[in-house]
Amino acid sequence: MLAKRIVPCLDVREGKVVKGVQFRNHEIVGDIVPLAARYADEGADELVFYDITASAHDRVIDKSWVSRVAEQIDIPFCVAGGIKTIEQAREKLAFGADKISINSPALTDPSLISRLQDEFGRQCIVIGIDSYYDAETDSYKVKQFTGDEAATKDTQWYTQDWVEEVQKRGCGEIVLNVMNQDGVRGGYDIKQLSMVRAICDVPLIASGGAGTMEHFKDVFELAKVDAALAASVFHKGIIDIGELKQYLHANHIAIRL
Amino acid sequence: MTQQSVSSSNTSDLTVIIDTGCANLSSVRFAFERLNANVVVSADFDVIRSAARVVLPGVGTAGAAMDALKQKNLIELIKSLTQPVMGVCLGMQMLASLSNEHGGRSEQDISCLGLVPTDIGELDSKGLPLPHMGWNQINVGNHPLFTGIENGSYVYFVHSYRAPISEYTLASSTYGESFSAAIGKDNFFGVQFHPEKSAKVGAQILQNFLQMGLNMETSQ
Repeated sequence: MLAKRIVPCLDVREGKVVKGVQFRNHEIVGDIVPLAARYADEGADELVFYDITASAHDRVIDKSWVSRVAEQIDIPFCVAGGIKTIEQAREKLAFGADKISINSPALTDPSLISRLQDEFGRQCIVIGIDSYYDAETDSYKVKQFTGDEAATKDTQWYTQDWVEEVQKRGCGEIVLNVMNQDGVRGGYDIKQLSMVRAICDVPLIASGGAGTMEHFKDVFELAKVDAALAASVFHKGIIDIGELKQYLHANHIAIRL
Repeated sequence: MTQQSVSSSNTSDLTVIIDTGCANLSSVRFAFERLNANVVVSADFDVIRSAARVVLPGVGTAGAAMDALKQKNLIELIKSLTQPVMGVCLGMQMLASLSNEHGGRSEQDISCLGLVPTDIGELDSKGLPLPHMGWNQINVGNHPLFTGIENGSYVYFVHSYRAPISEYTLASSTYGESFSAAIGKDNFFGVQFHPEKSAKVGAQILQNFLQMGLNMETSQ
């Protein structure tokens, strides 16, 4: 049976892993490669590295660490941040990344998704979506350039429409990051994730809000996502990945132990 | 460790990864280097022929991958190899007779290497999300590649096409339908999953592969 995946996310800024609350006030958590190796040893199923400065500042990530991660860890990992061209994508993949994740540049130019898919196949094209609940209109909407508070802006996309659009254009996986709950650790947004799950035929990764082991159980059982991504609970040692996987296994969720 | 380094005491015990120009070459090389194998990436005929064992990597679509082999004139060379040859992911699919993964290039099925007589078709996930992406369990047969691997072990898959269950199935998995997680015939075999990304289980499978072809030099 296909196992549900536990995916630590390492936000990278200037070569260090950082974490902020609600995408702000980033503090340094540690070096990239030792943290990646530690998570792999503890049983992480996959890793995601987001260079949160890249898109907002129009700068390409320093890729030397991609190679160092690929040399040392034996689980899949995805690299995100400022990938706007086929050549930038090719470079990350050649350095050993298994997937590349596109967020803001896909909103600027949606044709990028289909061009990447034509070149590399959909299996390595992940689309990151920063979605938030807009109370005024009682709807879910997509934000762009969330790596930098000053650059962050609303888009005209409703989340459901963008989820449909990126699948049509050939993405292989979607990471849905729910802004309202990020870093607050109040649980994944089950309602929104269930809504997206119903229209998502590619693997779906939940992101934003994990605070307890029960939150992981809920998001797998109730929202039926394929993977759950989290950062602060792992970085701060609030949840141990090995214990989390034992807990989920004991609760009859398919997990690789 | 670099491509040039020779860590094995037996310098003829060379593992060659065929340089198909595809994207996961370095991941496969890194995995063998973690096992201290004497490994090089090459498209050179003499280097490939001299190998104790050969890896055929691949990601992308069957059509693009076969075109790459054609451009490098590697098709006849691969077919002529007598040492163990292991395809990984799309590399496994390229060992088959044909693939109907067109990749938008044409309506025609893609002619593959024809070394394992089976046809690659779409995975019928029965409504589960595609691609089949993540860690899934395998049931293994008696092939030396799977020595020490228990049934139910998890390995990492990423694919939407598959080889069906057949007499050439060496290991199986299930996602909607059951399919071949590994196929093989004679000295040619391949795995649909990514052993280079499958943690300890994957490392064991690659280590098993390194044990194969050790006594091949005399028969070349």
